[in-house]
Amino acid sequence: MSELTLTVMRLGFLAVLWLFVIVAVQVIRSDLFGTRVTQRGSRREAGRQQQAAARQAPPQQRQQPAGGRRGRNAPTKLVVTEGTLTGTTVALQGQTITLGRAHDSTIVLDDDYASSRHARIYPDRDGQWIVEDLGSTNGTYLDRNRLTTPTPIALGAPIRIGKTVIELRK
Amino acid sequence: MSSTNTSHSATHHTSTIGAIGAPSRRNTELALLAFAVVIPVFAYANVGLAINDSVPPGLLSYGLGLGLLAGVGHLVVRKFAPYADPLMLPLATLLNGLGLVVIWRLDQSEKLQASRTFVEAAPRQLMYSALGVAFFVAVIIFLKDHRVLQRYTYISMAGALLLLVLPLVPGLGKNVFGARIWIQIPGLGTIQPGEFAKIVLAVFFAGYLMVKRDALALASRRFMGLYLPRGRDLGPIIVVWAISILILVFETDLGTSLLFFGMFVIMLYVATERTSWIVFGLLMSAAGAVGVASFETHVQQRVQAWLDPMNEFKLSRQGVLGHTEQSMQALWAFGSGGTLGTGLGQGNSDLIGFAANSDFILATFGEELGLAGVMAILLLYGLIIERGVRTALAARDPFGKLLAIGLSGAFGLQVFVVAGGVMGLIPLTGMTLPFVAYGGSSVIANWALIGILLRISDTARRPAPAPAANPDAEMTQVVRPS
Repeated sequence: MSELTLTVMRLGFLAVLWLFVIVAVQVIRSDLFGTRVTQRGSRREAGRQQQAAARQAPPQQRQQPAGGRRGRNAPTKLVVTEGTLTGTTVALQGQTITLGRAHDSTIVLDDDYASSRHARIYPDRDGQWIVEDLGSTNGTYLDRNRLTTPTPIALGAPIRIGKTVIELRK
Repeated sequence: MSSTNTSHSATHHTSTIGAIGAPSRRNTELALLAFAVVIPVFAYANVGLAINDSVPPGLLSYGLGLGLLAGVGHLVVRKFAPYADPLMLPLATLLNGLGLVVIWRLDQSEKLQASRTFVEAAPRQLMYSALGVAFFVAVIIFLKDHRVLQRYTYISMAGALLLLVLPLVPGLGKNVFGARIWIQIPGLGTIQPGEFAKIVLAVFFAGYLMVKRDALALASRRFMGLYLPRGRDLGPIIVVWAISILILVFETDLGTSLLFFGMFVIMLYVATERTSWIVFGLLMSAAGAVGVASFETHVQQRVQAWLDPMNEFKLSRQGVLGHTEQSMQALWAFGSGGTLGTGLGQGNSDLIGFAANSDFILATFGEELGLAGVMAILLLYGLIIERGVRTALAARDPFGKLLAIGLSGAFGLQVFVVAGGVMGLIPLTGMTLPFVAYGGSSVIANWALIGILLRISDTARRPAPAPAANPDAEMTQVVRPS
């Protein structure tokens, strides 16, 4: 094999190896800069999808007309702001979010003050997010008030369970 | 699970919320996997052309074999863990494929073929890789939720201790070149139980620290900017330290010892957020290593070879027993590689002789791919570790967080210990470079490790976690703002 061919292959191989590394880094670029993960699917529908996402309609009522009063202010994620899970986020997509020490909770609390099924957060028929205490021992607090009934959550209002504080954000 | 499929074909689901959310990114994974299979095939052809002036006859079957393994892995992930991280599988496949090529390349070396103990390593390694992918597939299929592992916290502890002690059992353990880290199973060959203990131990540490971390983090005094733990809270770290010292003394393997203690310190730090544990850990491991090195001759030799590899080389050439020229040969290999390397199949790293394709395989990469190639390889490892840490960040349960950190920490430590040893940064220890080095236990255990990480990341990235069945869901009265 000629020297030239081998040199070309040698450099070519290194180039391909680095190309792989670069492609792999491209894949995780969204993590590095903390941008939102872009939607999949065809471009044409991206706009419509985002609209739907902003509305945060739960699956049961997918035909709800656009332009609800909350349109813009619907929360898209739940953020843990204090406690051992600080920084964890959960995307809000119309599903019920359970909190507690039980292993199958959406957010597993590791806290002596939390009950195994402590509270849940779910959207009602209008897409308003509701927090409900599930009969916990030490209670769930929304803005310093202990919950007695399912209560709608305002954006950014702290929900405290033991040492953990969560809030809904856009 | 209709949302799983809709994310791929969002064309007629614009009004459903299921089509929105974290994309599963399985197609990204598939594309990267194809790329990750093509690169080793390219390398294989390159080695054949350089050594024999012809494309190796097994090129097609080798490519198909690697492609088949990757394809099976991908399909299983697509079916059973659709939201798993898209990068780990391609990265592991690429490293495994490159390892196979370099092992095959060393098989072609006439110097190594002349050795008494020569066996064709590449076909075996291919078989081990297939077994590894089988383990990976089994983990993905049978481990539906990583949280079930939490139930086995203390069983894992017993299991890990058993695995660690096995090489010391007379008749079962096998002393290979000074380190007792293998066990001999008649008919099956040798196994390195430490590789598997790494995973089991991570499960134990995660389960244990999740329960105890408050006591370890909160009850402490502040002294010179450091939180000093109470004496009785030091118990666990002292026990793990003592065990790792015992490993060092009886198995004379610095790598295994460092790996377990390091993994515990990393997990302790992540669980308690106390820097003081890192300081304590470093002090304790330094004290332990120095203490043991003062009386254990095997460890002393390794330290001598590390401090003065040239002297070691001379002694070995003079025929003094108990010395090896490998360390120096490895350094020369790195040096002669330069920036861009000599090209695959065109180096002389087979001069390292024994263990050229296992402990010292990085030296071959260093010589034939040069600094550029080694950096790329280390970045590939770095990306796997980054994905592991990212998985830990995304995990929504403390156990999953700690387990992911522990596994990726152990993986990272292992790479550091091997690469550092071969490059002369730390004393050399007999550990294997994950996925790349020749060795069945290592390949199988690391594929299983990747399987567990993918399972955790699938749970963490899944957009709509199934809500817990709630018996009183229907009876709840909703106060609606109206």
